[in-house]
Amino acid sequence: MAAAHPALTPEHEAMRDSVRRFVARELTPHATKWDEAGEFPRELYKKAAAAGLLGVGFPEEYGGAPADLFHHVILSEEIAQCGSGGVHASLFSHSIGAPPIASAGSAAMKARVLPGIIAGEKISALAITEPSGGSDVAQLRTTAKREGAYFVVNGEKAFITSGVRADYYSVAVRTGGPGAAGVSLLLVERDTPGFTRTSLKKMGWWCSDTALLRFDDCRVPVENLIGEENTGFRIIMRNFNSERLGMSAGAVGFAAVCVEEAIAWARERTTFGQKLIGHQAIRHKLVDMQMRVAAARALVYDTCWKLVNAPRDPEAIAQLAMTKNFATQTMQHCADGAVQILGGAGFIRGSRSERIYREVKVMMIGGGAEEIMKDLAARQLGWQA
Amino acid sequence: MKALVSVKRVIDYNVKVRVKSDGTGVETANVKMSMNPFDEIAVEEALRLKEAGVVTEVVVVSCGVAACQETLRTALAIGADRAILVETDVELQPLAVAKLLKAVCQKEGPQIVILGKQAIDDDSNQTGQMLAALLGWPQATFASKVVIADGKAQVTREVDGGLETVSIKLPAIVTTDLRLNEPRYVTLPNIMKAKKKPLENLKPDALGVDVAPRLATLKVLEPPKRKAGVKVPDAKALVEKLRNEAKVI
Ligand SMILES: Cc1cc2nc3c(=O)[nH]c(=O)nc-3n(C[C@H](O)[C@H](O)[C@H](O)COP(=O)(O)OP(=O)(O)OC[C@H]3O[C@@H](n4cnc5c(N)ncnc54)[C@H](O)[C@@H]3O)c2cc1C
Repeated sequence: MAAAHPALTPEHEAMRDSVRRFVARELTPHATKWDEAGEFPRELYKKAAAAGLLGVGFPEEYGGAPADLFHHVILSEEIAQCGSGGVHASLFSHSIGAPPIASAGSAAMKARVLPGIIAGEKISALAITEPSGGSDVAQLRTTAKREGAYFVVNGEKAFITSGVRADYYSVAVRTGGPGAAGVSLLLVERDTPGFTRTSLKKMGWWCSDTALLRFDDCRVPVENLIGEENTGFRIIMRNFNSERLGMSAGAVGFAAVCVEEAIAWARERTTFGQKLIGHQAIRHKLVDMQMRVAAARALVYDTCWKLVNAPRDPEAIAQLAMTKNFATQTMQHCADGAVQILGGAGFIRGSRSERIYREVKVMMIGGGAEEIMKDLAARQLGWQA
Repeated sequence: MKALVSVKRVIDYNVKVRVKSDGTGVETANVKMSMNPFDEIAVEEALRLKEAGVVTEVVVVSCGVAACQETLRTALAIGADRAILVETDVELQPLAVAKLLKAVCQKEGPQIVILGKQAIDDDSNQTGQMLAALLGWPQATFASKVVIADGKAQVTREVDGGLETVSIKLPAIVTTDLRLNEPRYVTLPNIMKAKKKPLENLKPDALGVDVAPRLATLKVLEPPKRKAGVKVPDAKALVEKLRNEAKVI
């Protein structure tokens, strides 16, 4: 078994083994049940923490384990093997919510909130998107006005993962003038008076908790400012590499699950006197699916390698934007192919492909929508009028 | 007291094993290898004894090719303190491994040696027993529970009729059964720590052990393919088939 990339070490592979085992034992057997129930038990955070999964990439002193981008890729790719993006999204909402705290929070804030998050006792969320728009982050409207030792927050956030259950919210707010230069990040805690949350029903990711947040004159202590005032935009951008690469790796993982399920079905199902896999049209379809999985996986690992070596290189960032698109398109192609091969059974709830089919669009929209990724890539490559 | 645990590198349990086309063995090239699952249970048990304050040091040992280091690193990542590789390219049979382990025991002086009851590749189920005989130590095989107190190990064994509890004097040999414990997940910090733990390399010659195989394998064959089952319409047809085709009633 060749490693996915020559730069992977035995330690990377050891982590993959361990995550794979966790997924097979603790996630896969329950994924369908949790998705139908619309949530997974809160206890799962502690289990994942005990297996060391929540600490990946966070400083050791708070219970984490320093990691490189390959660790993030491996983690996302393996978690996807459970076939439920909803589990991944909520269980790892801290992977977008907590890095701003780890990278820009004060020492006191870090010591107060990070250990609980990494131990799976507290849930962390990131709240940027607003009902009025998510792609154009610089235009956000939620305001935070300084009043003595407090910021008074007013506004709404939409589609926030772990929005109902979270304890800590890293919220993007406007503290200054218009545009990106007036944005700050504030840590809002769940028991803040005036802070309300409404659960949202979705096409997919059913077991993930997604909510609309409302802030009505919420008084947030000044100490809860994450980083300097009006530097929020930069702090948010810092985590994009690992978030987008993780989503790309997850998309490849989901695509691979679809191919696997389709092959298993094609070997079992008989039509017109032979197994489905005996029909050339089906084999060709499977090969087309597998071809894209192989290409997308190679691209994810290649992009990862480039970003490990030069995290700010415009070409690498452009490639990452394209990787996210290619990986999620691969997921779409494979989910579509798998549901088709499963036939009616692929339309009935319970198969992994049926669920993954419903989870494609959020992967193509969240974490930077497809069109935004293309704009970003072109800009990084200097292709402008 | 010190616990010694032996770990074997085997083909991963998820791999569909294929016989080499020349019939000399099974294909191991490009195949995922892992720690024998029973040995993982053995490492876990030793660690639990350490965490309970019974054992002070857990030493893991593996015999075989250089790549067994990976298996030892896994054991160190689970939490063992240090590792010994007895390195050889010779094909090792249970008696040779037992002799090597005996030599390591004499060097290390453990009070308890924990082994898997068998390895999932050759399923020999011999090494622990042979080691006990060579050392002249008591043994408790197929353990599903181990309690250590007052220089003795009280071991619950899984036997055909149910459970049997034996009390043996230390130093002793214990081999693990599946239900002894559920091994913990290896975490990233522990994987990184394992890189820095000591791993000693020994050679069979230095231990004075002749590991040459005593048994020769003549041929390895795939098991015959099972024929697909048939559905019978009713009990009468079933009885008819059992009597006349299968000839079992
Ligand atoms: C299940 C789920 C969970 C989410 N979790 C979180 C979370 O935890 N935290 C968080 O902050 N957000 C979260 N989001 C929000 C997500 O990040 C946004 O949906 C995404 O950024 C897109 O923003 P939008 O929905 O407002 O679409 P819009 O920005 O309104 O865009 C609508 C469409 O127009 C396209 N478009 C926009 N501008 C251009 C342009 N200039 N040229 C061409 N096309 C354009 C977009 O690509 C998109 O297709 C989540 C979303 C979902 C569905």
